[in-house]
Amino acid sequence: MAPINNWRPILSLVMGLTAVAVTDVCAAEQAVKIGWLSQTANRTVAHAYLDQPPTDEGIEGARLGIADNNTTGHFTGQSFELVERLVPAESDIAAPFRDLAANNIRLVVTDLAAPELLSVAALPEAASVTIFNTAASDDRLRGADCRANILHLPPSRAMLADALVQYLATKSWPSIFLVVGRGDGDREFAADIRHAAKKFGARIVQEKPWTFVPGARRTDTGHFAIQAEVARFTQGISYDVLVVADEQDEFGDELPYRTYDPRLVAGTQGLVPSAWARPHEQWGATQLQERFLHQAKRWMTDRDYAAWMAVRAIGEAATRSKSADPGAISAFLRSDQFELAGYKGARLSFRPWDGQLRQPILLADARSLVSVSPPPGRFLHQFSELDTLGIDRPETKCRMG
Amino acid sequence: MPNGLTYRLVVIAAAALLCAAGIAKADTIYVSNEKDNTITVVDGASLSPVKTIAVGQRPRGILLSRDEKSLYICASDSDHIEVLDLAAEKVVRILPSGRDPEYFALDPAGKVLYVANEDSNLVTVVDIDRGEVVTEIPVGVEPEGMGLSPDGKYLVNTSETTNMAHVIDTAKREVVANVLVDSRPRRAVWTDDGAQFWVSAEIGGTISVVDAAKYEIVKRIAFAVPGMPAEAIQPVGVAITRDRKLAFAALGPANRVAVINAQSYEVMRYLLVGQRVWNLAFNPDQTRLYTTNGVSNDISVIDLAALKVIKSIPVGQLPWGVVSRR
Repeated sequence: MAPINNWRPILSLVMGLTAVAVTDVCAAEQAVKIGWLSQTANRTVAHAYLDQPPTDEGIEGARLGIADNNTTGHFTGQSFELVERLVPAESDIAAPFRDLAANNIRLVVTDLAAPELLSVAALPEAASVTIFNTAASDDRLRGADCRANILHLPPSRAMLADALVQYLATKSWPSIFLVVGRGDGDREFAADIRHAAKKFGARIVQEKPWTFVPGARRTDTGHFAIQAEVARFTQGISYDVLVVADEQDEFGDELPYRTYDPRLVAGTQGLVPSAWARPHEQWGATQLQERFLHQAKRWMTDRDYAAWMAVRAIGEAATRSKSADPGAISAFLRSDQFELAGYKGARLSFRPWDGQLRQPILLADARSLVSVSPPPGRFLHQFSELDTLGIDRPETKCRMG
Repeated sequence: MPNGLTYRLVVIAAAALLCAAGIAKADTIYVSNEKDNTITVVDGASLSPVKTIAVGQRPRGILLSRDEKSLYICASDSDHIEVLDLAAEKVVRILPSGRDPEYFALDPAGKVLYVANEDSNLVTVVDIDRGEVVTEIPVGVEPEGMGLSPDGKYLVNTSETTNMAHVIDTAKREVVANVLVDSRPRRAVWTDDGAQFWVSAEIGGTISVVDAAKYEIVKRIAFAVPGMPAEAIQPVGVAITRDRKLAFAALGPANRVAVINAQSYEVMRYLLVGQRVWNLAFNPDQTRLYTTNGVSNDISVIDLAALKVIKSIPVGQLPWGVVSRR
């Protein structure tokens, strides 16, 4: 049973319900406890200082998911509680995970980087826990380093790269100039773009690492140096689109309008493939955007969205399986009966071969939604067009033990 | 404007001729245009738009009053309901609705509106004569569809993220039953005999036929359009003929209306209409069905005897709701 404290505001909210319904709720109440584990990331000073990442990124999405689940729970006799563990950067991550497990929590939503995620998934206590990854897009987590006890909500980098290149192919802009930052994620995204180009009939006509570190860019007239450097960097190359891999926002925002030839920028900046985007308002997305804005007093990010989806997936599985048992919920999540509505006009479900949530990818810039991949009917697939994004069953390196 | 006047005279003359020939008076069609804050008036005889009326922000659900002299409009972003006088062709009254009204139902006496407040998980009950909110009924996340039983005793509300049809006793104004349906339920439409209500599920891609006495799903109708990915089939609007012989489902981005045998639940055929078809309305004698097509900014006219699409009529931007009156 959930602590009565959690039920008081809910009960007062549903005063208008029938005695019968309330009796049903109380009589059959099933409590689902969901763990939340996140570690503050030590961020380098983002170049995009205009948009500092919010300190409550991710968890606000999970909290909204809990509220949504509980609204449904009034009618099904189920209640949902988020047991939150937030730890500082570089602190021990095993202890809070063990603490959640000791509290009999078998569903844990995490906002962790790949190494920390893998370390908690390997704990003996994690063997009977389903872990929901809401932050790490690393391909290896869906490939060689996949784990049977992890489900992935955010798209992998391979899915993002495929989504972008599908769009470029649809536009008949096949020639890509790839510029790659210094991060490991940047190199992985670049490799995924190369792979996607082969898959969807695009070409990498040039690839260059970005090495220029303009120390004076914030000083007066610093923009001259940037402008000149980007023009030099892109001169003498014939291409359709400059695709940038710069997850840390170190330079990508400074490429548009400064190239030698007038060319578009896409990738981690410019036209960006992502699970969620601020301009998205289709398929009822406006409602989720507004609910989130109202609760968090800021816009929903793709990490908030991933956390919301993790909690909603649990709620949906609990509703449909009519069970609060974590084992039954996890089994339902992985079954072909499971479908989640994620405000992207498609039924979302988990790929059995790597635990990845299949989902459409938005292509948007800061102010407008440009497209949604896969474009309907353009890239055919034997089972689901959504599986044209990312690593499909025949090519997966994931071997779940 | 001489052109407008000439046009109107032609329309009147045509209507007079039709009356003289003893043909039933044609209907008038009203379409809400979500994006440009207008109602388009379409003449049912010529099947041409004849007028555009400016209304409140983001008009979505529309309903005729019982005397068919007024049109109630959910002005979602204005957070109220507007009463459009159809003779004067202007908004004459504002009713409260709670936040973000999307869709609503009118009781048989024409005195009470039941409004789905999409943002606040509530159904708001509005007394029309008094212009007041009577009560609010808590429901699931993102309430949308509102279907009132023919006798007015039960209201079925769908909640898009809770994936339920909530059955509300309108006398007690309380939820008495909940039916779990497929993902993202949109419309709840009763059969005229009050024996069933049909609930469309946009993401689930199905229509659940619910026994209104037992609150049990008796049939899940699925759709398959050759050459169309399953993801594109997103049922929203539902219309069932009074004799319950035929039902129609608007399949969203599949750009088709499914024709269903409402007795056997078999899908008989798919009619190609405009893009992203959402809402449906019969003309008064049920010889035609109108569809709003949100992406192509038009309405399609389906002849029900031939089961053929006979015309597309351009309206405003993002057409949402449609009704027809004599």
